[in-house]
Amino acid sequence: MEYILEYLNQSLLFRNFIEVLLGLDNTLLLLIISLPVGFILSLIFAIGRVSKNKLISKTIASYIFIIRGTPLLVQIYLIYFGLGSIVYIRESFLWYLLREPFWCGVLALTINTVAYGSEIFRGGIQSVTKGQIESGLSLGFSKLMLLRKVILPIALRKVLPSYGNELILMVKATSLVSLTTYMEMTGIARKIMAKTFAPVEAFIAAGILYLFLNFLMVQFVKYLEWKYNPHLRLSQN
Amino acid sequence: MFKFEKLVFGDLGWGDEFLFATLMTITVSILSMGLGLCLAIITVWAKLITNKITRLIANFYTTVVRGVPELLVIYLIFFGGNSVVMSVAKLFGYNGYIELNALTIGTIAIAFISATYSSEVLRAAYLAVNKGQVEAAKALGLSKLQIFFRVMGPQILRHALPGIGNVWQITLKDTSLISVTGLVEIMRQTRIASNVEHSPLTFLVTAAFLYLFLTTFSGKFFKVLELNYSKGYN
Repeated sequence: MEYILEYLNQSLLFRNFIEVLLGLDNTLLLLIISLPVGFILSLIFAIGRVSKNKLISKTIASYIFIIRGTPLLVQIYLIYFGLGSIVYIRESFLWYLLREPFWCGVLALTINTVAYGSEIFRGGIQSVTKGQIESGLSLGFSKLMLLRKVILPIALRKVLPSYGNELILMVKATSLVSLTTYMEMTGIARKIMAKTFAPVEAFIAAGILYLFLNFLMVQFVKYLEWKYNPHLRLSQN
Repeated sequence: MFKFEKLVFGDLGWGDEFLFATLMTITVSILSMGLGLCLAIITVWAKLITNKITRLIANFYTTVVRGVPELLVIYLIFFGGNSVVMSVAKLFGYNGYIELNALTIGTIAIAFISATYSSEVLRAAYLAVNKGQVEAAKALGLSKLQIFFRVMGPQILRHALPGIGNVWQITLKDTSLISVTGLVEIMRQTRIASNVEHSPLTFLVTAAFLYLFLTTFSGKFFKVLELNYSKGYN
């Protein structure tokens, strides 16, 4: 046992792994805020996107078009460097948030995931068949009730696989926040590389952690799919 | 805030620099998309033939590269690639220092990433082609190459085009990440210009518009292609 510990301590990969592991909380913090906020906003935006009000749906459509047509890196830089260069913002209360790379990262990730997520949810909402909505209406459901009891449950469980993809893309996207000096796992791996001149060991250590994180995410989505699609489950015998 | 005068062509503005940067982005995108498609074809072939080892390697490659952030892959290839190339060269008896330029490294890195996505698209397209088609071609006495180029290829292309269009958009946007290698494409040019002029907003908005322009127009191009390739079906 002692021999193994001794060996591990001398292994660069293992030491890097421990060091990168200390940045895991920073990566998770980004996700813990931007994923739930992104989920709720995506739902609201998707509902607005399919609404009959032309102004709302056109505004949201152009927002989605712009965000999906530009790389996330541009969005992160625009928020971190771009907004910070506007004097008006620097003098307002927003500056308390926007001067921190963490909040810039959260803002950029949320804006990004809302654009992709609302497009996914829109597909789900539009795939709800007319008959189901009509039968809901004939039962005397109000619009809100119809949304809450009929449309959203059907739409959400249908889009779970594609929203799961989006969640994995988000885990991967957090690495870009390291370019704004925020020290999450990729940033730490970069620092280790500058210190030890051993790039392969540093980035493989970080890569293993990201793979593990994504593995957990896949399992979580699989569980949700299993739970909310009981009609698709294989029979036990 | 937004300084239009900084974007003129010539010595006073950054217009021509941005034009070259855009061309560089397009070049890298096309090169890495092409290389990625070649890699993807090999990957699909490795996944579809009945050999456990090749399938294992191909699945390992696609799972790992898709599960790891793009930035990490680029860092790994950019910082680790040189030492790999040098150790290979050492095997052949060359002991000097080799440095691959940023364009090569960036293209290879993006190609590695885009190949994982295109391989899934191509695999699905391959499986979507009816098996009876191959059997019919065999019955007509076509050779294996003829079957691929005359029967399977065109149909795979038709099924794969929408997905390939998506991968192209992803690849185009991923090229912004290779600015970390120092290659002067749109994103790198933006950083340089905003550091010189102390006006990040101007150049970042310009970059956003350039990317938007590229993605929109290539999207239109792929729409036309799709229409063209499904002529027989509408």
